[in-house]
Amino acid sequence: MTPCHFFIYIRIKLDIMNILVCISNVPDTTSKINFKEGNTAFDTQGVQFIINPNDEFGLTRAIWLQQKEGAKVTVVTVGDASCEPILRKCLAIGADQALRIDLQPQDGFEVAAQLAAICKKEHFDLIITGRESIDYNGGMVGGMLATLMDMPYVANCIQLDIASNEVGVQREIDGGKEVLNAKLPLVIGAQKGLVEEKDLIIPNMRGIMQARQKPLDVISPEEISPASKVLTFEKPSEKGPVKLVDADDIDGLIDLLENEAKVL
Amino acid sequence: MAVIVYIESENGSPKKAGLEVASYGRAIADAKGLPLVGVGFNVTQREDLNAYGVDTFYNMDTLGEVNFDVNRYSEAIAQVVEKEKASTVVVSSTSNGRYLGPIVAIKTNAAYLSNVVALPTTYEPVQVKRTCFTNKAFNETQSTKERTVLSLSSNSFGLHKKQSTVTFMDGTYPSLSSTLQVKSVEKVTDKVSIADADIVVSGGRGLKGPENWHLIEDLAEVLGAATACSKPVSDMGWRPHSEHVGQTGKPVASNLYIAIGVSGAIQHLAGINASKVKVVINTDPEAPFFKAADYGIVGDAFEVVPKLTEKLKARTQ
Repeated sequence: MTPCHFFIYIRIKLDIMNILVCISNVPDTTSKINFKEGNTAFDTQGVQFIINPNDEFGLTRAIWLQQKEGAKVTVVTVGDASCEPILRKCLAIGADQALRIDLQPQDGFEVAAQLAAICKKEHFDLIITGRESIDYNGGMVGGMLATLMDMPYVANCIQLDIASNEVGVQREIDGGKEVLNAKLPLVIGAQKGLVEEKDLIIPNMRGIMQARQKPLDVISPEEISPASKVLTFEKPSEKGPVKLVDADDIDGLIDLLENEAKVL
Repeated sequence: MAVIVYIESENGSPKKAGLEVASYGRAIADAKGLPLVGVGFNVTQREDLNAYGVDTFYNMDTLGEVNFDVNRYSEAIAQVVEKEKASTVVVSSTSNGRYLGPIVAIKTNAAYLSNVVALPTTYEPVQVKRTCFTNKAFNETQSTKERTVLSLSSNSFGLHKKQSTVTFMDGTYPSLSSTLQVKSVEKVTDKVSIADADIVVSGGRGLKGPENWHLIEDLAEVLGAATACSKPVSDMGWRPHSEHVGQTGKPVASNLYIAIGVSGAIQHLAGINASKVKVVINTDPEAPFFKAADYGIVGDAFEVVPKLTEKLKARTQ
């Protein structure tokens, strides 16, 4: 390699946007939710696991940046070996490499702190988490990770436009949206809107074959204590049957809502 | 020692979500024998703070900065938390409340527990009931830190008045530079938002097209309700994405949820389950929503809804 080549090599290296997408392994929406061991643990028997939908919106956006800008996309999850099928799926969708931090986390803080340990070792320009996971719905990993890294965080992110270091982002707020300017490095909480459902990438055979060859590294966790622990689970009490009102009896419905349900 | 609540406001007055958080914080403060300290930005209206039991209120004047600034707001709250040596901090579950909570928790070395639906069952350590699996279950979670930030689910505790005499303190709005800058806010101002609404009226594919949405809007107007829609409706572009409620859309925890022409897919039900009373109007008696609803009418929305709107209008006049 001549000095000139070396210089070009460095330039290219510097220009590659390095993206980390944080993935959560969650039960499929249609799963029956049951608990075991005296209601202290989630019963995974018969449960199909999927990529957390909010994370998948974020991953898809990252893959677009890879395809258009040549960004490098790493996916990471904090979990035991049972999470590997969804990491392989992320690789089949197009991620370049996968990391698994080998730990069954107790809470969102533990996840964020383990991820921060990774991000302190390797610089990522853009870190994408989902708005929230559909199992524990904590909605905390992105904000905590960003704060631990002293990076800005945009929650409920519905648009992301990157032009060199300048970033245009939009955040969904109650009753509208907020338009922001940001710079890399940045952490976002992805949700629908960042990409649409129809944009999600279904892995093809080539992707699935390639995924087998891509690196999936298992990393030992740091020693970090969780900030909380779940003691017990409980299912809501069974709801009574619906009270049907005749389509001609609108007064009857209003009466029920006013005097029985007391919501009018 | 104190209990800290972040009281959201609009145009100088506390918002309902802020007053619910104050009610909840007051109950914790009473249980622990501590004062209730509120934090807010540009709040000028004090009557509500007195009516909901706030003892001390740190008001941060943002000096003309009208936009929400996550870095400065979280820093301001964290500073009050440290100053007051608070062990319990409560935020709402609005989009800003849920945005600030985890950041404040890290800044103040606290545990963060979201989706809280009841008062703590114990205080040392804090143990509290939360929803999980998108409202399909609850759990009891214990904080393992000395300080805990709780994000209270909307409408789960309700408003409880308790008279106090608030002492107003001028808080210092921290000056922090950030690479994150709000450029503009696009907000539908003449309508109540889904997060703030007591009643939500939601439409699905059964309405056949966006041109029929006046049915939903008219009913919502009579009820002072927010309008919402199902996922297919927002996917087809009939309604903006911000109205989509469900698992990947907005969560709803209203007192009354009226679903019109919504079949009730499991993802939709997951998102609206936290609503107290659910009403369904649908032509198909086999629609899954009837299994989730409290009251239902099997009938044509185009006939039933205008009648319901008329009757409710007559009732309010």
